[in-house]
Amino acid sequence: MNAILALEDGTWFQGVSAGAPGETTGEVVFNTSLTGYQEILTDPSYAGQIVTMTAPQIGNYGVAGADTESSKPQVAGFVMRDASPMASNWRATGSLRDYLIRHHIVAIGDIDTRALTRILRSSGVMRGVIATGAFEAAELVERARRVPHMEGSDLVKQVTTAEAYDFETSLADAVTDASFGVTPLRRATRPLKVAAYDYGIKTNILRRLVAHGCQVRVFPASTPAADVLAWRPDGIFLSNGPGDPAAVTYAIDNIRQLAEGTTPMFGICLGHQLMGLALGARTYKLKFGHRGGNHPVKQLDSGAIEITSQNHGFAVDPDSLPASTRVTHLNLYDGTIEGLRHVSKPIFSVQYHPEASPGPHDADYLFQEFLDEMEKTQGA
Amino acid sequence: MPKRTDIKRVLVIGSGPIVIGQACEFDYSGTQACKALRSEGLEVILVNSNPATIMTDPELADRTYVEPLTPDALEKIIEREKPDAILPTVGGQTALNLAVQLDELGILKKYHVALIGASIPAIKVAEDRLLFRDAMKEIGIAVPASGVAKSLDEALTMVEQTGYPSIIRPSFTMGGVGGGIAYNLEEFKEIAGRGLELSPVHEILVEESVIGWKEFELEVMRDAADNFVVICSIENIDPMGVHTGDSITVAPALTLTDKEYQRMRDAGRRIIRRVGVETGGSNIQFAINPDDGRMVAIEMNPRVSRSSALASKATGFPIAKIAAKLALGYHLDEIPNDITRVTPASFEPTIDYVVVKIPRWNFEKFPQADRTLTTQMKSVGEAMAIGRTFKEAFLKGIRSLELGKEGLLFKRPQIDDHDDQVGASDHEDTELRRKLVIPTDRRMWALFRALDKGWDIDKLHELTNMDPWFLQQFKELVELRKTAEMIGLRDMSFDLMRTLKRAGFGDGELADILGVSESGVREKRYELDVKTVFKRIDTCAAEFESFTPYMYSTFERVCESAPTDKQKVIILGSGPNRIGQGIEFDYCCCHAVFGFKKEGFETVMVNCNPETVSTDYDTADRLYFEPLTLEDVMAIVEREREGNVDVSCVVQFGGQTPLKLALALQEAGVTILGTSPDSIDLAEDRQRFNQLLWDLGIPQPASGTAISKAEARDVAAKVGFPVVVRPSYVLGGRAMAIVYDVATLDRYMSSAVDVSHDRPILIDRFLEHAKEVDVDCVADDTGAVVIGGIMEHIEEAGIHSGDSSCVVPPPGLGDRHLATIRDYTRRIAKALKVVGLMNTQYAIKDDTVYVLEVNPRASRTVPYLSKANGVPLAQVAARAMAGKSLAEQGITDDMVPAGVFVKSPVFPFVRFPGVDTILGPEMKSTGEVMGGADSFGMAFAKAMLGAGQRLPESGAVCISVNNEDKGEVLPIARGFAELGFALIGTRGTAAYLRAQGLECSVVFKVNEGRPSLADEIVNRSIQLVVNTPHGRESFFDDKAVRRAAMMAGVPCITTITGAAAALEAIRALKTEGLDVRALQDYYAAVASS
Repeated sequence: MNAILALEDGTWFQGVSAGAPGETTGEVVFNTSLTGYQEILTDPSYAGQIVTMTAPQIGNYGVAGADTESSKPQVAGFVMRDASPMASNWRATGSLRDYLIRHHIVAIGDIDTRALTRILRSSGVMRGVIATGAFEAAELVERARRVPHMEGSDLVKQVTTAEAYDFETSLADAVTDASFGVTPLRRATRPLKVAAYDYGIKTNILRRLVAHGCQVRVFPASTPAADVLAWRPDGIFLSNGPGDPAAVTYAIDNIRQLAEGTTPMFGICLGHQLMGLALGARTYKLKFGHRGGNHPVKQLDSGAIEITSQNHGFAVDPDSLPASTRVTHLNLYDGTIEGLRHVSKPIFSVQYHPEASPGPHDADYLFQEFLDEMEKTQGA
Repeated sequence: MPKRTDIKRVLVIGSGPIVIGQACEFDYSGTQACKALRSEGLEVILVNSNPATIMTDPELADRTYVEPLTPDALEKIIEREKPDAILPTVGGQTALNLAVQLDELGILKKYHVALIGASIPAIKVAEDRLLFRDAMKEIGIAVPASGVAKSLDEALTMVEQTGYPSIIRPSFTMGGVGGGIAYNLEEFKEIAGRGLELSPVHEILVEESVIGWKEFELEVMRDAADNFVVICSIENIDPMGVHTGDSITVAPALTLTDKEYQRMRDAGRRIIRRVGVETGGSNIQFAINPDDGRMVAIEMNPRVSRSSALASKATGFPIAKIAAKLALGYHLDEIPNDITRVTPASFEPTIDYVVVKIPRWNFEKFPQADRTLTTQMKSVGEAMAIGRTFKEAFLKGIRSLELGKEGLLFKRPQIDDHDDQVGASDHEDTELRRKLVIPTDRRMWALFRALDKGWDIDKLHELTNMDPWFLQQFKELVELRKTAEMIGLRDMSFDLMRTLKRAGFGDGELADILGVSESGVREKRYELDVKTVFKRIDTCAAEFESFTPYMYSTFERVCESAPTDKQKVIILGSGPNRIGQGIEFDYCCCHAVFGFKKEGFETVMVNCNPETVSTDYDTADRLYFEPLTLEDVMAIVEREREGNVDVSCVVQFGGQTPLKLALALQEAGVTILGTSPDSIDLAEDRQRFNQLLWDLGIPQPASGTAISKAEARDVAAKVGFPVVVRPSYVLGGRAMAIVYDVATLDRYMSSAVDVSHDRPILIDRFLEHAKEVDVDCVADDTGAVVIGGIMEHIEEAGIHSGDSSCVVPPPGLGDRHLATIRDYTRRIAKALKVVGLMNTQYAIKDDTVYVLEVNPRASRTVPYLSKANGVPLAQVAARAMAGKSLAEQGITDDMVPAGVFVKSPVFPFVRFPGVDTILGPEMKSTGEVMGGADSFGMAFAKAMLGAGQRLPESGAVCISVNNEDKGEVLPIARGFAELGFALIGTRGTAAYLRAQGLECSVVFKVNEGRPSLADEIVNRSIQLVVNTPHGRESFFDDKAVRRAAMMAGVPCITTITGAAAALEAIRALKTEGLDVRALQDYYAAVASS
C-alpha cells in the first residue's frame, strides 16, 4: 500500500506503508542511531513525534520482549528507508512490521530519508503527517500545518503513570541484565529508597537504579512534593519525558519545593530541563534537536569524553543559569549544556541518557554518583 | 601543539612489498600518517622497501629510505638518522614484527628510541595468542578454548581437549599464513607442522572451533586520556571459518540488536585498555553464536589494518591520520573532523548507507591451488561498494570486481562453474550442496544458483550458516530478477525500473537478464526518467553539513553532487587489486591527480578499491567511490557536466580497467585526454600493430593469430616452435604460455576461452635465451619524447616482465643496442602520437633488437623508475596531457637514474601448497621491492633481501642445471668456490664441475634416492640452490626442490642469469657490507655533480 509523508513546509514524500494503515500527525524528527529501533519506538519521550531513522536498514533483528522501554510503542509515527520483511535474531519474538501493526503505529518506508533529514537539519524540525492509501499531497500538507506546535505542549500528562507503584524487575528483565547489562561500578551499601517522578520514564532507568541496589517507587508526574517526601526517600529521581518542559509547570513547582530540602536529586533529559527551570534557568527549543547514540559529551571536571545516547528537542539556556548552578557537562558538537549541578546541594542532572538503551554505556557512572550522594546525605 | 614535545624526529615503518594479506592499504595508512606527522612540524624518516607507493615519494617525508625491512637495515637507518621515536602501527604486521625484533635485539635501547602508537608489551599481548587469551580471562571476556604448542607433540595433546574441527593459528604471521582448519588427525598433523615451521617463533595456537558463528569486527580508537570511540562495526557475511580478508563483509553490522552491539562495544573498550594500546586504532574480532547469543573475542590487531582502511573509506573517518596524531599525545577532542569541520574527532561515525566489501581472488593463475577458503587469506584484492541499501551495495560490489561473465550472478549454470558439467539434477544438487557447505571463491555464485532453483532460506542457512537476513536479501534479488525477466524491457513500468535500479541492478546486468543491449536498457531507463543521483559520505548521517565531496551513486530523490563550473578532469582508477594490476597503477593515478592539479584542473577520482591512496578523500578534489563500468562512469560524467563545462576523462593510468572503457566513452562523446583510444587500440590490435612496425622497419618476432587448432598449427609451422601463445587484451600475461610442440598447442587452443575473430589467440615466435628490456617513455603533443628509463631484465625473455627482476641503468647492453632502443622507442611513440606514457618491451637476440610489445599507457615500472630517477614520471605525463609540454616542464633529456636500482618481485606461493613456484610468461607476483646502491651486486643483494630472500654469505651452494646450461654455470660455480662456498651438485652437474677441476660433492635428486636434495634443504645443509628446469621428465623433481626451498626459506634460483646476479650480490655483501642511503641523498648527489 502507498503512503505519503507530508511536511508543513510543503514538501512531501511518496513511499510505501510499513506499519498500521491510517493517518498520523506529529513533529517530524530524525534519529541517527544505527541500532536500537525498538528501544526508540517505546521511549515515551517520543510521544507526539514522527521519528525518522537515518540508518537505512531497519527491522532486521525483529522485536524482542526485553528490548522495550515502556509498555508499548510511543512514537506518533515511524519513517524508514528500507524496512525488513523478516526478523533474524535468536531473541526475536516477531517482525517489526507486525509489531507496528499490532500497536497501531503508522509508518512509511522506501523514501529518501537522507533528503528528509537534510530538510529537517536546515529548516529545523517541523510538523508532518503520514497517511497510508490514496491521498492528495497538498491536502496532507494542509493537515500538517494544523498540527499543534510542540512548544507549549504538556505531553507529560499523556504518558505518566496514573498511580504510584513499586518497580519490580521481571524475570525477563533480570535475564537481560545478566547477559547484556553493564555490571554496576558498585552497589548500594544499604537499601536506598529512590522516588522516581515519571514524566515518561524509560524502563532501563529503573533497571539501572535497581541494578545499583536501589528500591524504586514510581510516582505520577503531578504528585505533590510533600507526598513524595512522606515516603521518606533517600533520593529523588526526575525522569525523561516528551514535550516542552516549560509547559509542565506543576512539575517545576514540585521540584522547586524539593530543591529547598536536602534530599539528593538526579534528573535525566526532561528531568534535567525541569530541574533547570525550577532552579531559575530558562529552556529553549533546539533547531533539530539531538537524537542519536554518538554525541560526544565532555565532563568538565575530568576532561573525559563520553559517547552518549541523546533524545531531546529542548535545552537549558546557558545565559539564564542562576549562580546556584554550574555546568558539569558540555556537548562537543554544538556546545550546548549537557549537565548541571547545584553548587551547594546534592542536586545534579544530565541532558543525555546515561541509562543508554539504546546507545553506549559510557555514562553509567552517574548512577553511582547518585548513590554516593544518597549515602553521603544519610551519613551527614 | 602536540602534548609530547620530546619527539621531533619520527621513523615511520612501511609494510614492504604487496603480498596477500598486506596490500596497498598500508600505503594509504602510511601516507596519511606521514602527512599528519609533518603537519605537526615533525621530521619524518620513512623506510619501506616498496617503491610503488605514494609514501616513498620523496616529498612525503624528510628522509626516505627504500631499503629492506630487516633489523640490520633498520639499525643502520636509526644510527644515521637518530629518530626520537618509531611509529610501527601503520605498516601492518611487517612493521610490528620489526619493532619487536628491534626491541629484542636491544637496538631501541641502544639508540634511545621510543615506540609510539603501541608499546612492546601491548604488541605482545595482542599478538601472542596465549598472553591474549589469559588477558581476556582476566577481564572476564570469553574466548574460544585454546592452548599454545611449541611442538607437534604438544599440539596433539591439546587438540584432544579442544576437539575437531580444530583451528590452528601460528603466532606472529600475517594474514593467517600457515594457519588452517583441521577436521581430522591427519589434517591436523599437516597443518600444525606447517604452522610451527612458518611461525617466526615456532609457536601455534590450537583453538576450539567456532566455525559457523556470526563474525564481527570493531574498529576502535583510544587516546592518551583513555577516551574511546568505535569508528565502525563490520559484519562478515561469511561466518567464522573464513578469514575476514576472504569474507564478504558489510558495514555497519546489520543483524545485531542494540543490546548485543553495546555488549560488544563494552568488550572492545575493555580489550583495548587491557591490551594496553595507549593511543591509536585497533581492530577487534568477535564471534557470536547465532543460537544463544554467546559472544567470544577472537583476536585483536593493535595497529591500523586492512579493516581499518575499509572502515576509514566506509565512514569518512581517517583512522590512520587520527592515529598518528593521537600517538603524538593529542586527545580525540582536540582533533577536528575534516568532513564537518565544526565537530571534533571524539565521536562515533554514524552512516546512512550500507557498505559491502567483496574480495577478489586470482585462483585462475594458480590452477593447482586449493580454492577452499579457510583461516588463511587467499584473496589478492577487494572492491568496496556503497549503496543506500544492502542489496544495492552488494550488486554494485559484484559489478566492481570486473569478473566478466564469471561475475554474473544471474546467469545459467554452464558458466556458473567450469569444473563440472551439469548432469542429472540429483547430481547437480549434490554438487551444489557441496559448493555451499565448503566455502570457496565461487560460493556466492553457487548460492544464487540455489536460490534460482528455489531452495529455501532455512536450507541455505543450514548449509552456509549465513545469517538468514542476508539470505532473504539475496532471495529478494533473485525474485526481482525473475520479475524483470517475466515483464521484459518493453512493458517495464517506472515502478519496476526504479525498484530494480534501487536494488543495485546495473544496466549491463539487466541487459543480460532481459536479452537486450545495454544501451537499450539505458534508453528505456531515461525514457522512464530513472536516473542516478549522488549522495555524500559525511560521517554523521546528514546531521551536519559536509564540506568534502566524497560521493556514491544511488537512485533517490535528491542529488548532493553539486558539480562546479571549474575546468575539470575525471581520472579513472584501476579497481580492485589483482595480480598484474596492483598498487603501481594506483600510484600512477594519484600522480595523475597531482599533475592535473598543478595545471589548474579540478580533479575528479573514480575508483572502487578501498585499500588505495586514490580513494582517500583528500587526494583528488572530488571523489566518487564507484564501480568502473560504462554506466557508472557515464553517470558521473553527466552529473559533472551540469557544471556547464566540458568533462574530460583520463584512462591511461589505471591499467586495463579504464582502457577497456576508452572507446565506449569516446563514442559517448567524452573527450579522452592524452593518447587517443584509437592509438591504444592500434597497439593492442595485432594486425594493425604488425603493419605499423613493418612500416617503421622495426623488427619483431614472427607472429600470427588463430581462433582454431588448425589455424594455430599453421601459424606455428610458419613462425617455428617454440611459440608464445596468449589471448588478446589481457594484463599480467593471463593465460600466456610458451609452447614447444604441436600437442601442447592443441591442448592450449582447446582450453582457451573467449576466443573470437575480435579476440583471437596471439601466437609469436618465442626468442629463447634472449635478453629482455623494458622501456618507459613520456611524450607530449609537440612530438617530444623523453625516455624515462631502459630497464634490463635479470631473467631472460620468457618470464613475465612483472615477475622478472630488472635493473637501471642497464649493465649488459652495449651503446649500439641502447641507441637502437632509444630510436625505436621515439619512432613508435611518434607514430602512435603518444601524449603521456608508453611502455615498450624489447628482446635482444643474436645482436638484433626486437619489439615484443607496446603499451601506450602507464606501466607497472613507472613508480620504480620515478624513484630511481627522482622524477615522478606519471605526474610529468599528466601535465603533458594537460597541455604543458615537456620542454615547459624543463624535461628535455632522457632521464638518468640517481644510482643503480634493482626491482625484484615477491610471490604468493607460500599460501598455495602444491603450486609450482616456477616462473613463466604468466605473471604470478603480487608485489615488488627496490634495492639501490652504487654497484649492481649490492643493489641486487638489497632487492633480494627486501623480497625476503637473504642470500647466504657462507655455506653450501647446490647446483643442478640442465645440459644446455652447464657451460654457463661453470664460471658461476667457480665464483662461489672462490667466495668459500662448498659446492654440491646433482649427479650430472657435479660430474661436469669436477671434470672442470672444481671440488663438488654429489647429492641425490628427489627421485633418485634419499637423502635427496630436498631433504638436505630441509635439514639446512644447503644455503642456496641453483636449479634450472630439466624438462618435463624431471618436472616433479624440480618442483619438489623449489617447494622445499621456498618452505625452508632457502633462496632457489632458476635461471643462469639469476645465478650470476646472486653471485655478484653475495660478493658485494661480503666485500662492501650492507649500507643504507636515503633517496634524497641519491638525488642531491646527482644535482650537485
